[in-house]
Amino acid sequence: MTKVEYWVKMPFGPIHPGLEEPEKFILTLDGERIVDVDVKLGYNLRGIQWIAFRRNYIQIMYLAERMCGICSFSHNHTYTRAVEEAGGIEVPERAEYIRVIIGELERIHSHLLNLGVLAHDIGYDTLLHLTWLAREKVMDTLEAIAGNRVNYSMVTIGGVRRDIDGKKRRIILDMIKYYREVFPGIEDAFLHDPTIEARFRDTAIISKRVAMEQGAVGPTGRGSGIRDDARWSERLGVYPDLGIKPVMPQDVTGERPRGDVFDRMAVRIGELWGSLELIENALDAMPDGKIKTFPKDNILVAKLKLLVDGEGIGRYEAPRGELVHYVRGKKGSDKPLRWKPREPTFPNLFAVAEGVKGDQVADFVVAVASIDPCLSCTDRVAVVQDGKKKILTEKDLLRESIRKTREINSNIKGDPTPVGSSCSR
Amino acid sequence: MSIKVPANGGSNSPERERLEKRIAQLCRFIGRSPWVFHINSGSCNGCDIEIIAALTPRYDAERFGVKLVGSPRHADILLVTGPVTNQSLERVKLVYEQTPEPKMVIAVGACPTGGSVFYESPFTNAPLDNVIPVDVYVPGCPPRPEAILHGVVLALEKLAKILKGETPGGDGYE
Repeated sequence: MTKVEYWVKMPFGPIHPGLEEPEKFILTLDGERIVDVDVKLGYNLRGIQWIAFRRNYIQIMYLAERMCGICSFSHNHTYTRAVEEAGGIEVPERAEYIRVIIGELERIHSHLLNLGVLAHDIGYDTLLHLTWLAREKVMDTLEAIAGNRVNYSMVTIGGVRRDIDGKKRRIILDMIKYYREVFPGIEDAFLHDPTIEARFRDTAIISKRVAMEQGAVGPTGRGSGIRDDARWSERLGVYPDLGIKPVMPQDVTGERPRGDVFDRMAVRIGELWGSLELIENALDAMPDGKIKTFPKDNILVAKLKLLVDGEGIGRYEAPRGELVHYVRGKKGSDKPLRWKPREPTFPNLFAVAEGVKGDQVADFVVAVASIDPCLSCTDRVAVVQDGKKKILTEKDLLRESIRKTREINSNIKGDPTPVGSSCSR
Repeated sequence: MSIKVPANGGSNSPERERLEKRIAQLCRFIGRSPWVFHINSGSCNGCDIEIIAALTPRYDAERFGVKLVGSPRHADILLVTGPVTNQSLERVKLVYEQTPEPKMVIAVGACPTGGSVFYESPFTNAPLDNVIPVDVYVPGCPPRPEAILHGVVLALEKLAKILKGETPGGDGYE
């Protein structure tokens, strides 16, 4: 006798109170149980790469910053690194330390934000208000240093724009003192609250195998037991001198990583402490000196026209995971020929879509919030052909990517026919 | 009018106190607290986090009963962020139609006001005025939470005028 199953397809989004951003999921439900998740992207497509063809290197910095309001420094920083690599531009050491400080301040603000959103999604609004009140301190610090609460514009190609002087240093030290008092309370509330443990433990488990297959990065990957952190594995800038090491869930909870929502949250709490330490170390070790290679922007534009020839890749650990920007330029042009960012949310989203299968539908919002999705970074590709939906198979995509690689770099030799077995997706 | 708060202070400036008093007065006049619904039409999250910051304890709009609700059918005020991408265009219109009258639309941020850095993109439909009628614009990239609260006050003042019968209600396009 065959078993009759009553499956229901339910749209989730795009404008949904549980989701911060427009994104759509089609859930296939068997009663309350999630059987399958289909991810529909593209509601945030603003054509950033299209716009970038019309902007020069300096203008793209502002565009990169506005890709995402939460990790605005990360995008700007990674893009800048890519251009610096392509142009062979040296960055003063003091500027590297200031970049570390701003990056870690941003990580604190992003992780506190996500912890609040996680608490809000299980209806624990007291914790939302607690974490967001604590977050205002780092926003004040960022405002005092950079002059704006969200888009800081601190980085420029070949250095940073603003220095951290004695007064700003005191403000940062004041903030660290404040957080050393506040964080134990927040940590206690998140790690030892039975309500939170009941909802977050064993929810949306992403096993290490699935995380490896889907390429999960950042707190999502580390929560599943992948020891990787772009700041640590890449030996990025001055991070090795400051004692960077990836935060794993066992460092925080003391148990083996299970890859559930609780582990991802624990990694974020561990990183809050790690960021405070990195800022303290960076403030101590910061040498004197200049902060920019090129003091004026008009000189920078002229120099970039001559210097950038070839391609550069910037890697950075954004609060959500590893971020990669690719820039290819040509001598004599003040615009990049190609600028391609690759965001951490894209692989994480498919990893969590895999991990949430078999869970209750009520856990779905928490599962999506646990990867800290940033759809405004992710939505970038539109395929429209004669107004018809066209499904490309993996072989087609591989062929297209090989064609694109040929187009931007004809020096690469190799067989263009796709080989090898397919990945599970 | 500019609203200033010291960079690292938590103290109330007279400007902010005046603003808070005005919200309380208007809520009493209207007879209920305004509930807001937030539409993200392809925004970069910058304005969205500032909207939530305006509701959480530092700025604490929730003490006036200004609450973020989950359905447009419960809302009095729509906060729209983002440059209205092609895909979200129909959804923004749909949400606007679902909101009961009298309703106020606040365009939060530089994107719905004029397109911001995405002004030349073929995939966006900024400004928001081309899509739905807008009552208040709050410029800034992103606007500070005080500016968003100020925008809510301006919207409430307009709502009070409509209720008094000084200006015609509805969207003015009839």
